[in-house]
Amino acid sequence: MTDFEPVIGLEIHVQLKTRTKMFCGCELSFGAPPNTHTCPVCLGHPGTLPVTNAEAVHFGLMIAMALDCTVAPRSIFHRKNYFYPDLPKGYQISQYDIPLGREGRLGDVRIHRVHLEEDAAKLVHAGSSGRMHTAEASVVDFNRGGTPLVEIVSEPDIRTAHQAGDWLRLLRATLKRIGVSDVNMEEGSLRCDANISIRPAGDSNFGVKTELKNMNSFRFIERGIEAEVARQESILRDGGQVVQETLHFDPSTGAITSLRSKEEAHDYRYFPEPDLVPIAPTEAMLERAREALPELPAARAERFERDLGLTAGTAKLLAFRGELGDFFEDALGADGQVEPATLANWVTVELVPRLGDADPQESKVEPRALARLVELVSAKTISQSAGKTVLDVLAAEGGDPERIVQERSLAMAGGDELEGIVERALEANPKAVEELKGGKAKAIGAIVGFAMRETKGRADGGEVNRIVREKLGL
Amino acid sequence: MIDREQVLHVAKLARLRLSEEEVERMSEELSTILEHVERINELDLEGVEPTSHVIDVENVLRPDEPRPCLPREVALANAPDATDEGFRVPSPGG
Amino acid sequence: MSEDVVALSAAQAAERVRAGELSARELFEVYRDRSASDELGVYLWVAEEAPEVVSDAPLGGVPLAVKDLFCTKDVPSTSGSRILAGYTPPYTATAVENLVRAGAAMVGKTNMDEFAMGSSNENSAYGPVRNPWDTSRVPGGSSGGSAAAVAAGLAPWAIGTDTGGSIRQPAALCGIVGLKPTYGSVSRYGMIAFASSLDQCGPLTRDVTDAALLYRHMVGRDDCDSTSLQHPEEIRLPSSESLEGLRFGVPPALLGEGIEPGVREVFDATVARVEELGGLVEEVDLPSATHGLSAYYVIAPAEASANLARYDGVRYGLRSGNGDLTSMYEETRHDGFGAEVKRRIMIGTYALSSGYYDAYYGRAQRVRTKIAEDFREAFERVDLILTPTSPTVAFELGARTKDPLAMYMSDFLTVPMSLAGLPAISIPGGLSDGLPVGIQLAGPAFSENRIMEAAYALEQSIGFEGVPR
Ligand SMILES: [Mg+2]
Ligand SMILES: [Zn+2]
Repeated sequence: MTDFEPVIGLEIHVQLKTRTKMFCGCELSFGAPPNTHTCPVCLGHPGTLPVTNAEAVHFGLMIAMALDCTVAPRSIFHRKNYFYPDLPKGYQISQYDIPLGREGRLGDVRIHRVHLEEDAAKLVHAGSSGRMHTAEASVVDFNRGGTPLVEIVSEPDIRTAHQAGDWLRLLRATLKRIGVSDVNMEEGSLRCDANISIRPAGDSNFGVKTELKNMNSFRFIERGIEAEVARQESILRDGGQVVQETLHFDPSTGAITSLRSKEEAHDYRYFPEPDLVPIAPTEAMLERAREALPELPAARAERFERDLGLTAGTAKLLAFRGELGDFFEDALGADGQVEPATLANWVTVELVPRLGDADPQESKVEPRALARLVELVSAKTISQSAGKTVLDVLAAEGGDPERIVQERSLAMAGGDELEGIVERALEANPKAVEELKGGKAKAIGAIVGFAMRETKGRADGGEVNRIVREKLGL
Repeated sequence: MIDREQVLHVAKLARLRLSEEEVERMSEELSTILEHVERINELDLEGVEPTSHVIDVENVLRPDEPRPCLPREVALANAPDATDEGFRVPSPGG
Repeated sequence: MSEDVVALSAAQAAERVRAGELSARELFEVYRDRSASDELGVYLWVAEEAPEVVSDAPLGGVPLAVKDLFCTKDVPSTSGSRILAGYTPPYTATAVENLVRAGAAMVGKTNMDEFAMGSSNENSAYGPVRNPWDTSRVPGGSSGGSAAAVAAGLAPWAIGTDTGGSIRQPAALCGIVGLKPTYGSVSRYGMIAFASSLDQCGPLTRDVTDAALLYRHMVGRDDCDSTSLQHPEEIRLPSSESLEGLRFGVPPALLGEGIEPGVREVFDATVARVEELGGLVEEVDLPSATHGLSAYYVIAPAEASANLARYDGVRYGLRSGNGDLTSMYEETRHDGFGAEVKRRIMIGTYALSSGYYDAYYGRAQRVRTKIAEDFREAFERVDLILTPTSPTVAFELGARTKDPLAMYMSDFLTVPMSLAGLPAISIPGGLSDGLPVGIQLAGPAFSENRIMEAAYALEQSIGFEGVPR
């Protein structure tokens, strides 16, 4: 039986985080009452004209650069003509044959193009209409209409659903890092369509592709792609042919359904938008965009791994969640003594679960405090488990780790106190003592465990071990 | 020659219903007009760039500063069918 | 006194008001009353009362007629279409706002060919306009209402729009002055779009001085129009009486068989007069200009097909249909648009559709480049180009309605300048069989001062009596 290879390309729409819309001065809103953020321009009134938002162009340039694209010396807008109630002018202003950026790359996937356009409005189903007895009615809310969008189209370089998800996470982290979008899939500020075809493994031709629309979470994207690949495989195995069409994936049932009938082929009648003039980024515009770019997640992960000796997984985790990476680096800078890999583990393994999705910069834990805490543990001033207790306190109340250690008597037990505790441990575990003496090394566990319980975790296991052996002359 | 099928196809793209009589007339008139228009084929246009703007300016950009929006009742005032909140339309596919 | 003030040009009236010799309110009432009893079909809306004006404003509260294609806040703005019946915009066009700020008082909104598509004003959903020189004839279009209003003394002056000749041609047919300015010199914001890369508004006036005065207060770069430009010169009121040293180009390519003998006669006389006034006349070659009309009738409908897509029955205007989405679109547009508008939407949609773009739209845009190059070369040799404005005088109502192509020929002499974005004026050159003949003067971009100086010198010499009947 032939093996099939999926060929996947992604199309991503990103809502930009500008203050105003793409072509008018209406303030962007999310969740505002319907139709309270509109003006004659974004309602498509007769006689109105678009004027391009400089910041949207700036963000577009940043994205093009972050994705390693060639920026067009002169790009223009086109009109994309089609009728839909959420499209007030009967055309969308978008870029067509000369996009802002092209031929880029992010990670292992090439970027085909990056272009600017405007978002459509929102159509809300309103149930049966009072006035129109025959049909269901919808209500159009133009608040979202005209929001600046950047559309990113990848080359079909992706081969598995998993790779698609991974790459999209990298893209999301990158966009988030450069601060151009909220990249929130549930709220629709990041939307993804997938172009999917399959071909016999080793073949270099492309099969017929389908377009899977608007999947609003990473998990759905992966599942949707998997389901569509499986659907296409079964069609081909049954000797059928894949039909080029637009599809919808229902995550609750896993079903894939056709969105538009084939005969309604699209003819967008693109032509250059006469109301707008070309964008020809000046050296100053390019420079401003370049300077606004921070270190990008992929490069950062590489640096964490290479220069700081973090494992690939930890490095990625910190770099892809930029705010974690920032916190980590702040902490590292605040205390020159702390070992990066240890600190990174504390951030990813201990701090993250205590914060959930919250931004660590907003939490009560100061980067310097975490660094100091890790330092105390590394120096064995406090035990690992006492360290976790201190972090609980830091997360809840903030403060200074040394002070917390002092106030709560969490310092490592040692000297006479520990000697005494070990004495008691030996007395309380005569059977283990006998076994240990008899050569059963494992038996020491019970004695050490007793000591740890007695100190409420403030003892260093190694030290207890050493004292036990010393006292028994082993 | 623009035939009936083409007229109907273009009318569909333009979301125009044409009466039977309009379809007939359109087929003739469009053919005549396009025939005239095709005289531009007499010109040698080899290597000539298209002009979509007669003005030679670039980068006309607007600062990202909010301007006042319309009050909702004003935005909805001209709508042929509206609720208190928005523009009512027949549901797509409904 | 009322009939006396109507005899004043707008500039004269403004001066009197500013000098305290004439009340702006009375002046307004005179024109308002005349407008209210309009029998030519000029007005679609007439103001009920005079707006507040500052009488020392430059335009002195002189009433202004505004083509119904301009959006005017809370005042019906239909663009001559049924699909916009009852539409009252939530904002005002920049050009109108500029004029109002300079002291113009809007007296009414004028009739026009639907969405400015037409050369006779017979395409208005609100009935035709009649030519005051002969009411059985058309006033020209699409700014026919504005032109007839000025010619008939129903307004001291007016503004209109010109996409392929829609100011110049009706000005010519009504025996008045019409200026189509350089593309971009007046903001298009608030002008209900026909063909965005060609549309330009301008004045329709009784004389060249009025045109200069009105234009002076219309120009200016507008933040709401990305394609608007600052005029590099102050607009001057013309004063020259001589054409000494000015070089005039006459393009034989445009003066072929389509020109009526009576029009030709007036034109030849004008050429002779130019030379008498010291102008130098020579032939210029505009080899591609004869293809202007063909290119125009692809580009304008193509842009229009997109500009008119917004009339869908959702946010404003007419809605028809049986309650499902497709019928809302198709019935609204079927009921709302007139025959000519439908024809152009069809041509434009076809020209842009898959498989035809290159053959039509792409080629037309290249022809446009050639035409602009022709003009550029010509203006290296001459200062101005001189032609008749319209190949014919005003024709009978109904004479061309059955033959779109014959109607389109009306724009043969005005379209080339539109495609190149150049300024051009039409002034009355004389009469042919009792009907006015317009003379067109065109110049390079932003040469309005030069054009109006020359037009003024010619106007003084011709001494046209601009009063029909
Ligand atoms: Mg898109
Ligand atoms: Zn807006």
